[in-house]
Amino acid sequence: MRTLVCVKRVPAPGSKINITADGLEVDTTNLGFTTSPHEECALEEAVQIHERMGGEVVVLTVGPAEAEEQLRYAASVGGTGFILVPTDGRSLDPQRTAAIITEAVQQAEADGGAFDLILFGNESADSGGYQVGVRVAHALGRPIVNGIKGIDVGDDTITARRAIDGGVEVYELPRPAVLGILEGINLPRYPTMKGRLASRKAAIDSVELDAAVGGLVKQQLHRPVERASQTVLLPTDPAAAAVAVVDLFEAFGVMGENS
Amino acid sequence: MSILVVIEHDRGVVPVGSFEALTAARELAAQLGTVVDAVVLGPEAGAVAAEIATAGASTIHTIAHDVIGDYGPEAYASAVAQLVEHLAPSAVVACGTSRGNEVLAHLSAMADAAFAANVVSVHAADGDWTVTRQQWGGSLLEDATLAGGPKYLSFAHHTWQPAAADAAPADVVAFDADIDPALARTVITGRTVLEAGVTLATAPVVVSGGRAMKNAENFAMLEELAGLLGGRVGCSRAVTNNGWRNHADQVGQTGTRIAPEVYLACGISGATQHWVGAMGSKNIIAINLDKEANLVTKSGHAVIADLFEIVPAIIAEVKQRKGVS
Repeated sequence: MRTLVCVKRVPAPGSKINITADGLEVDTTNLGFTTSPHEECALEEAVQIHERMGGEVVVLTVGPAEAEEQLRYAASVGGTGFILVPTDGRSLDPQRTAAIITEAVQQAEADGGAFDLILFGNESADSGGYQVGVRVAHALGRPIVNGIKGIDVGDDTITARRAIDGGVEVYELPRPAVLGILEGINLPRYPTMKGRLASRKAAIDSVELDAAVGGLVKQQLHRPVERASQTVLLPTDPAAAAVAVVDLFEAFGVMGENS
Repeated sequence: MSILVVIEHDRGVVPVGSFEALTAARELAAQLGTVVDAVVLGPEAGAVAAEIATAGASTIHTIAHDVIGDYGPEAYASAVAQLVEHLAPSAVVACGTSRGNEVLAHLSAMADAAFAANVVSVHAADGDWTVTRQQWGGSLLEDATLAGGPKYLSFAHHTWQPAAADAAPADVVAFDADIDPALARTVITGRTVLEAGVTLATAPVVVSGGRAMKNAENFAMLEELAGLLGGRVGCSRAVTNNGWRNHADQVGQTGTRIAPEVYLACGISGATQHWVGAMGSKNIIAINLDKEANLVTKSGHAVIADLFEIVPAIIAEVKQRKGVS
């Protein structure tokens, strides 16, 4: 089983996201970086499939040179091959990103054989375009379904389960297939010390690729207007607090017949 | 050059998002001095068309085909693409739900056109349009230009309030689409129902716990309180990452977006990731030791105290007023 996981390096913001002076990017001065959460789970899923079935887990990222950090992390938790397509660090539009990934996939398949399964995150944590995986699947002529929270690999098919409110939808895709993964499909492991040490030696293929600019062009980032909230502080004594809170429950109509 | 709305439904049940999309599409059509077309797919298309007939579309196009006995993103997009060719609309739009964004992504990929997901405002013009769309689950907004003819965009969910249209019933017209049987490869083949009744996304009350809950066992008191109020228990990402709760209970950008009447947040600091899942709540009550916690500053009411003292007292008070022991 040869699986490709496409991951994105994203900032890990706390309670407030700041914007750079030119208004075009998130100010990452005091921020750490991480793998976009859905993709971290996609990677874990690929590693679990690899543990059951053998084969390869190739991890691909399009991002700044520093995205090597996310590939080394992937190596520390079980990735077996790593491809970095370096950018100048500014974010790319979704069509351009998809075209670059498509070409990288085609090169990797020419070099190392076709991927049985390609995993994307359902959407990136930062720009949230909801489209890169679908564009790549179309360019490759492969089926894709998004919102996936469960995968079973069969001989010729992939059974994929999609989480919906209160239930699950089941899809049966022929292999090779592409899936958009949601966080919650698994609980990603932490790297072991042995994994961390081994990841330092992992070989990363750096591939220079670019593509034409797409039709969605960012002009400016800004913060939404915060909803004004004059927080009313309730009593801190437990009995008095409880009376105040349950009074609110009644006022807001959630005490049933007692409201 | 109308606005074409892709109507979402699940085996005939129309979610509120479809009405939000029709409302937003009417605003957009008014900017352009044009009308709204809608498309409904699947065996229930006729019944769904009847349900949305007065929601503002001039014409509702229904598409039934053997391949789309249930939802399938590729088959749906293939059929809608043929209607797009036939109508040549100014824009193809949907609500930015899981399915809405998925179908729009497929349509734009097939057309090799741009797609703006989760738009909160649109300024239509000759040539490129200016859109404002959500990044970071809505924590940041991006102004962008959107090229293409037609334009592909989805409207951010829970942004437009569905409004009644002063409209005559739409004409309902069947459209014959030719769908490649091979596209059945991504049509739903089965379903399982996980839970009946109120879900986290639809619960009128959500009682959530964060890292300060300390362990999985302590959530029992939140379960008890949620049960008394007919609500559901939620949690922050820290909680699911610690394995204390199932991911299905996570409120947040990568979990569930909730919109309850009351959100009781116990020991949750309110990182961006959590806030964007909770910001649709109508009333927020926070219990937290930290007066400066992000969620406290964004809540309508707060108790600055130890949740392990306050929550049991609330349970006792609710029980007393409800007359249960």
